[in-house]
Amino acid sequence: MSQTLTKKLVLFFPRYNCEEPIIYRLVKDHNLIVNVYRARVTPEEEGHLVLDVTGAERDIDTAMEFLKTCNVVVNHSGKGVTWDEHRCTHCGQCVTHCPTDALHIADPATRRIMFDEEKCIECLACIRVCPFGACASAF
Amino acid sequence: MKTYEQINDRIASGKAVVLTADEIMDYVDKKGLEAAAREVDVVTTATFGPMCSSGCFINFGHSKPKIRMSEAWIEDVLVYTGIAAVDVYLGATQLRHGDPANMYYPGEFRYGGGHVIEDLVAGKSLQLFALSYGTDEYPRREIRTWFTINDLNQAIMVNPRNCYQNYNVAINDGDRTICTYLGVLEPRRRNATYCSAGQLSPLLNDPYYETIGIGTRVWLAGAQGHVYAEGTQHAGACDRTPDGVPTEGAGTLALTADMKRMKPEFVRGVSIRGYGVSLALGVGIPIPILNAQILKRTCVRDRDILAPVIDYSADYPNKTGRTICHVNYEQLRSGEIEIDGKKIAVASFSSYHKALEVANLLADEIRRGKFLLSPPIQPLPKNTAMKSLVIRKKPV
Repeated sequence: MSQTLTKKLVLFFPRYNCEEPIIYRLVKDHNLIVNVYRARVTPEEEGHLVLDVTGAERDIDTAMEFLKTCNVVVNHSGKGVTWDEHRCTHCGQCVTHCPTDALHIADPATRRIMFDEEKCIECLACIRVCPFGACASAF
Repeated sequence: MKTYEQINDRIASGKAVVLTADEIMDYVDKKGLEAAAREVDVVTTATFGPMCSSGCFINFGHSKPKIRMSEAWIEDVLVYTGIAAVDVYLGATQLRHGDPANMYYPGEFRYGGGHVIEDLVAGKSLQLFALSYGTDEYPRREIRTWFTINDLNQAIMVNPRNCYQNYNVAINDGDRTICTYLGVLEPRRRNATYCSAGQLSPLLNDPYYETIGIGTRVWLAGAQGHVYAEGTQHAGACDRTPDGVPTEGAGTLALTADMKRMKPEFVRGVSIRGYGVSLALGVGIPIPILNAQILKRTCVRDRDILAPVIDYSADYPNKTGRTICHVNYEQLRSGEIEIDGKKIAVASFSSYHKALEVANLLADEIRRGKFLLSPPIQPLPKNTAMKSLVIRKKPV
């Protein structure tokens, strides 16, 4: 029995296959549970998609092979939103806007901010409110 | 008890006892006020946050042939040229040419005067474009060139208003999201923001301006500078707690320092959605412990400092003067305040983390004998209030 895993992925769709029902295939042919965080896939343009896939390890492996045959670029880092520790001044302005506490005060004494990528749902609220441009979107 | 000269002698000999305003309260609780006042020479205070009334004078030197700049832009950001030929003033809130501002609300304001100042201090190469009408002795009518801070004769930061003694807590009583200089405020009091280092902030540790005055040496973004005047909108005649701590904006400082000596991590351009651009600065100010009373005032704690809660949807823009209530900085730093029975998430717009870093860097410079204190040559006024702009008909 293969182990059930969840992986966060950032997919890049080249222009020529933006209209293909690729995510449908992940569900139907590879038995994956798909949780889409954020997508920008426009017909006749390039596309980006950030999602979780959950399923048996071997199903995820075959799904990754399938994506490769579709020329979809898979970024396993799962980083659609990044936080630049050096741009951040640790003001904390983002903290009340982050719905999942991905951005949080790590140390109450020094009020240092930390970013927990695992908790980020890519709502992009931090990008809108950060005055120092510390948060950025990959697309 | 102690004089500036005695304290400076101890600093110069590397024997000065220096604590930050974050550490001094527990130290005094342990040692007792009188004993601590004898031991401690300096308490360092600091703040880091957006300070819109900031900018710098730049002298480019003369090109061949010469130009008397009548209009000029650095990285497409307009600078003021109504001074001598190749002197300009670059303001922190100046937008870049062609920025749509709030035409597509809320504007992003990605780059402006504050960012130019950040790039200048960071040593980046910047584009200058200037025009002139031409004169007999300054015949050139146009110039385009690239420069870094090292090419300039002078780059002197001259800030008319920094270090507000205390500041508002902003909330939104309206029914739509608003974008303010204190950040994005969700409707119906869903969040609040504030902007002060509280117990670490310079003028909250010297509420009656006993040691911080015109001529005081300050740490401005890593450079040694000075208080050159009272800050604009300085209003020492304000509401205060029984301990003398202002419960509203109150005092401000006008600061200057050489930008060539600044550290880039404490000079940061700011993009405030829907509002504009600005400049965040780190400022550190040492307080000499001349007597026990001065030491006592540096022991102010967040829970003793009250900030006024103001509605930025209506009361602030319409200048009604209404304050909803006061909350203290201990409540603010907890991340949640309660107003009229409702819990409201609260965030800071200034960085306590960076302010602590500044207070520690300044304390370290003083301990190493690298930063001497200078007594004020003139005190800041205590009794001036802030005037309003009255809209009048033309006098007959």
